Amino acid sequence: MKKLRFLLQKEFRQIFRDKTILAMMLAVPTIQLIIIPQAMNFDIKNINISIVDNDHSSYSQKLISKIGSSGYFRIVSNDISYQKALRHIENGSADLVMELPNGFERNLIREGSQKIGVSVDAINGSKASIGGAYLNSVIADFNAGLEVNQITVPTQPGPEGFVDITYSNWFNTLAEYKFYIVPGVLVLLLTLIGGFMSALNIVREKEAGTIEQINVTPIKKWEFILGKLIPFWIIGMIVFTVGLIVCWIVYGIISVGSIALLYSIAGIYLIALLGFGLLISTYSDSQVQAMFIAFFFILIFILMSGLFTSVDSMPPWAKVVSNATPVTHFIKIVRMIMLKGSGFSDVKSELAYILVFAIALNGWAIWNYRKTA
Amino acid sequence: MKQLFVFIRKEFYHVFRDPRTLLIMFGLPVVQIILFGFALTSEVKNTDILISDYSQDVQSTKVTQKIKASSYFIVHEAVIGNREIENTFKKGQIKCVLIFPPGFSNDLFHNGKGQIQIIADGSDPNTAKTIINYLTSIISSYQREEFPAAATPYQITTEPRMLYNEDDNGSLNYIPGVMALILMLVCTALTSVSIVKEKELGTMEILLVSPFKPVMVLIAKAVPYFLLSIVNFSLILLLSVFMLHIEVKGNLLLLFFETAIFILTCLSFGLLISNTTNAQQTALLISMMGMMLPTIIFTGFLFPLENMPWIFQLIANIVPSKWYFIIIKNVMLKGLGLKYVWKETLILIGMTCFLLAIALKNFKIRLQ
Amino acid sequence: MEEKVIICKELTKQFGNFYAVDKVSFDVYKGEIFGFLGANGAGKTTAMRILCGLSFPSSGEATVAGFNVYRQQESIKRNIGYMSQKFSLYENLSILENIEFFGGVYDVSRKEIKERSDKLIDDLGLQKEAKKMVGGLPLGWKQKLAFSVAIFHRPKIVFLDEPTGGVDPVTRRQFWDMIYDASASGITIFVTTHYMDEAEYCNRISVMVDGKMEALDTPGNLKKRFSVESMDEVFYQLARGAVRKAD
Repeated sequence: MKKLRFLLQKEFRQIFRDKTILAMMLAVPTIQLIIIPQAMNFDIKNINISIVDNDHSSYSQKLISKIGSSGYFRIVSNDISYQKALRHIENGSADLVMELPNGFERNLIREGSQKIGVSVDAINGSKASIGGAYLNSVIADFNAGLEVNQITVPTQPGPEGFVDITYSNWFNTLAEYKFYIVPGVLVLLLTLIGGFMSALNIVREKEAGTIEQINVTPIKKWEFILGKLIPFWIIGMIVFTVGLIVCWIVYGIISVGSIALLYSIAGIYLIALLGFGLLISTYSDSQVQAMFIAFFFILIFILMSGLFTSVDSMPPWAKVVSNATPVTHFIKIVRMIMLKGSGFSDVKSELAYILVFAIALNGWAIWNYRKTA
Repeated sequence: MKQLFVFIRKEFYHVFRDPRTLLIMFGLPVVQIILFGFALTSEVKNTDILISDYSQDVQSTKVTQKIKASSYFIVHEAVIGNREIENTFKKGQIKCVLIFPPGFSNDLFHNGKGQIQIIADGSDPNTAKTIINYLTSIISSYQREEFPAAATPYQITTEPRMLYNEDDNGSLNYIPGVMALILMLVCTALTSVSIVKEKELGTMEILLVSPFKPVMVLIAKAVPYFLLSIVNFSLILLLSVFMLHIEVKGNLLLLFFETAIFILTCLSFGLLISNTTNAQQTALLISMMGMMLPTIIFTGFLFPLENMPWIFQLIANIVPSKWYFIIIKNVMLKGLGLKYVWKETLILIGMTCFLLAIALKNFKIRLQ
Repeated sequence: MEEKVIICKELTKQFGNFYAVDKVSFDVYKGEIFGFLGANGAGKTTAMRILCGLSFPSSGEATVAGFNVYRQQESIKRNIGYMSQKFSLYENLSILENIEFFGGVYDVSRKEIKERSDKLIDDLGLQKEAKKMVGGLPLGWKQKLAFSVAIFHRPKIVFLDEPTGGVDPVTRRQFWDMIYDASASGITIFVTTHYMDEAEYCNRISVMVDGKMEALDTPGNLKKRFSVESMDEVFYQLARGAVRKAD
């Protein structure tokens, strides 16, 4: 025990002498927490649309002005032909092209139906396809509001078979994306710091040769590893706290559920992560190697964790991979506790995963570390 | 000249003798392509929802069947009270609850309208929105089938065309971004680390004492990574074409030309980073950890740039991968020519020259 | 009969077909200054690492301070000190902090740590530098400091791996004065070196060539045996046939 105290004293002295670490602890979480959620905005606005109106009728004018005033769209051009409108998609100034056929109004009244051509820049991903969906609903709205339709529909309480749907969004009534993303970013930070910094630390001693000096002393294996884990654990918890404070001050997000539960699980998660970093460093001989390996895995963890995309939608094999990463489970837990107030019994199955990781990773790292080659 | 080749050959040895670096250089893109191509999607599928049916009559069952028949949801059925709804959400599995109040059919036929209540777990707003949209469209189509008379007599429908992506290939959106991300991170990190390592080991001094101009030292360092990045890019391209069935619509030569410029930009950036520090650890932290998230965000492939606050959009303009991303999309996926991307190309070239100039100047200064 | 603190019998370390240490047998007596010489690649460092408990032998026996190198490494480590070839104090800790750490790790009491470190700093004349980072010291001071730290906990044996590499002759002299003092206080010194003049300072030396021990005697006897005037010549005679060139 006494030896551990000396070890910890040395570690802390070394860490605090290193200015980059201090920067990491305070500046990085703050900056990233502030920047990332601002950037990750999925609300679609300012969809650029080019319109080709071959009809020039009162219906077409009405539809066009409805689109323009909907608030979602920005009409960038009125073109004479589809070809010309396509240029806007090519040079990126438009996301959609809508083409109204010649005789739109006349044919709609005469034949009862008409088709409007909507071309979507499918490369532009979510923006364009969501834009297409919005356009559809504006058109449907226009359709329902047509006088022709109004006359034939009885003014009594709805026709037979009308289903009235009411919606509500719980836990996030304004459906703001930031509530969803900010806890995720918090986890991301912890993961980056826990994973990278601990991986580097032991390797640095290996490279400098000081690890041999340690191996020659009577310090026990577990004392050495604990001596490495504890300081980073404390740093990680500080980062987590700073992060929570930033969440509160910048975004007004306070955990709905028990903070004590949050902290204790964060503590276990950190142990798992540090174990991971430790494991990498026992397999690496140089800092570059350790960094690269850590980076490789952490990038995969982050992408598969459900931070940016949904886990449920993954194919079965991908779900297995996702479940094999501790990040996935911690993100779920953090979101559940912070946004919904889930309690211990709700999160215990996810917690079990993290516990297993913590024990397995650290156990492996300790087993792999040899004082005697 | 011959000395330069000798130098370059040494650098190649360094690279190939380190299997872990090679793992990163080539393994990473492969993994990324697999992930983005097959596992990650912005669609919503296989979501667990709960249908709480108080009516249990013909019509509510019809609606339930229709929902079950769609592939989007995994439907659980149980009648639960209001208070239990919150607990259900807290458990985390169920993302949405759909409630049929008692007397659904009766309301539909005799009172003119039936009620359905949809309660979504809003903690994930995007999924919630999508679920609600899906459910609504299923219910609407049920309406049209069961009650054709209630439909409006005049129908305007849309005929959608997905330009550049007729097969509706989901990975198309991500692949150019992945290319830009990987090239930028790997190239920058490897170059900066390689230079800093020599400084740290002390061998840099030896090199500088040799009859080489300092510029030659840097060129020699850059060449292997340049070539390897081109190979890397070709690998990603091949994978995209054969594994993900993405069609390369544009001119291959133009594609490689633009990529070469971008790689140069990244190399110069790596050089700049290497000037700021003598410790490998710092170089690594900056180029990998520090750059990772900004690159992901400011390239604009995961989140649309137009939605970000204007200051972010400003910052994105100085991130080279943002421009490269636009070029790749236009050339590779839209099949456009130089005419459409000359502006971005010029910007990249300009950035490269600028970065190189500063980096070289700094490099020389530090020697003094 | 003097007490033997290191006993080696047929000690071997092989890597595949390569015998880094080949059936080496020798003893070291308490209080000796034992010089462990050999060319580069002869196997000196490998042998020393086995004796320090840093590496397992492939076969053969060895005991250090009475403890078995196969099963009692931790006990060995409590009783020895070590100074590696690559300087191994923490460059970003101060002198005092380094001493405090290593003292604590070897179970030296707080009181003792304070007393001994004060004396150490006095002896080395480092009062002004005591709080400064070790990384800023010139090489000679670092080496002397590393040695002092290695014997801080009064071990039975101290292992020194090329301790005077790259150091100027004056500092080397001072270093060996420190070694003599340590030896006089009862610590056995096990030192490897390339400097043949330092071989003269040892009580007995051994010479390893290509993994085998080719000589084990006092410097005087060896010189007589080979009829030469200096240890340089002795070494040359023994090692010139060596096959291996590098460590």
